[in-house]
Amino acid sequence: MEGLERIVLAHRFFAGLEQELGPVVSGCARNHRFNPGEYLAREGDAANEFFLIRHGKVALEIHAPGQQPIMFSTEGEGDIVGTSWLVPPYRWRFDARAVELTRAIGIDARCLRDKCEADPRLGYEMMKRIVPIIVDRLDETRLQILDVYGKRGQ
Amino acid sequence: MSEAAAPDPFIPSPYRVGKVRRETRDITTLEVAPIDGQRPDYQPGQFNMLYVFGIGEVAISVSGDPAASGHYVHTVRDVGAVSGAIAKLPAGATLGLRGPYGTAWPVELAEGGDVLFVAGGLGLAPLRPAIYHVLGRRENYGRVALLYGTRSPPDILFRQEVERWRRRLDVEVLVTVDRADTDWRGDVGVVPRLIGRAGFDPHNAVAMVCGPEVMMRYTADALRAAGMAPDRIWLSMERNMKCAIGLCGHCQFGPDFICKDGPVMRYDRIATILTIREI
Repeated sequence: MEGLERIVLAHRFFAGLEQELGPVVSGCARNHRFNPGEYLAREGDAANEFFLIRHGKVALEIHAPGQQPIMFSTEGEGDIVGTSWLVPPYRWRFDARAVELTRAIGIDARCLRDKCEADPRLGYEMMKRIVPIIVDRLDETRLQILDVYGKRGQ
Repeated sequence: MSEAAAPDPFIPSPYRVGKVRRETRDITTLEVAPIDGQRPDYQPGQFNMLYVFGIGEVAISVSGDPAASGHYVHTVRDVGAVSGAIAKLPAGATLGLRGPYGTAWPVELAEGGDVLFVAGGLGLAPLRPAIYHVLGRRENYGRVALLYGTRSPPDILFRQEVERWRRRLDVEVLVTVDRADTDWRGDVGVVPRLIGRAGFDPHNAVAMVCGPEVMMRYTADALRAAGMAPDRIWLSMERNMKCAIGLCGHCQFGPDFICKDGPVMRYDRIATILTIREI
């Protein structure tokens, strides 16, 4: 097994992936290092890549005119950043900024999408891994919107 | 010879407010000491009924160190007429107090294993006596972690103390907020998400959870998903308490009264009741 493939398969997102799919997925992967303050992605940019965080912390932010950016989530070791690559028009919906030195694996989205189209087994495997993350984030967002720590009616 | 009449459980004892500290924009901590006699002992997790003369009475958990004698510490959020009046009491004011009441955090049962404190918002206040207890006997426990979630960085309760605990080498402290601006260096997200990052053995740990009920339900789910058995999870429940001695039924929770059988309750005992909307 090549070094990059080993790193990719060691990430929580790919835990338990069938061995024969390892080279297929890691063929779309590359290593990244982001310094604090550096952006992994900006809102509106093409979602050509998503990231498996190996180490560090990434803030997900929304900009509003005349205000400081609002940080709505942070992602760390074992998390993934980016799901827009799955859904047309494949554009980032938020900024992703490294808060501290961050090491990540970037997965070329077009490369992986093409491989998923060609092999529905891989596509289904990816969906089984992505959908629980989306559902968890929906639950978390629901809790945040509920503002459970605020006063009623505040 | 006639028997001595039992003291009326509804008559509060007079207490005087000592130090007052504003914690956040709507949360205040007060020390209160008995005007006459000794302060009764209490266990971590118990509460008192605080009575503001002419306004009313409300149940408030004790938030101080059980080992500190002479006074109770209460942390109050201004959410209504009585709690608002308590939060505005100045040093030297008098109030009535009945208690302590209710069940305690399982700090002795947890000895020998890991301890996970999970607090949301003001829920850190009822957990603080248990944290003091565990940290005061640190050698009796395995790994200790505090996971704390709140609304935003200015809403962090007991901030200096949380920072002090965080600097300790024998406690893991993870803090997350629901939203923040870019000055915040910590985590943003909900507190159940921290469970996967905390170091603990789910088969040999006890979790003590306190916060809004929705947060506690999600936290219990996350603890179960991490492999913790329901009889190792303890929640501090909140209902409208009036008599505090299991008579009036205001705080009925299924077959239990929160004032008498709670507020600290084991999750396996209440898990199904938590999902019944009418309760």
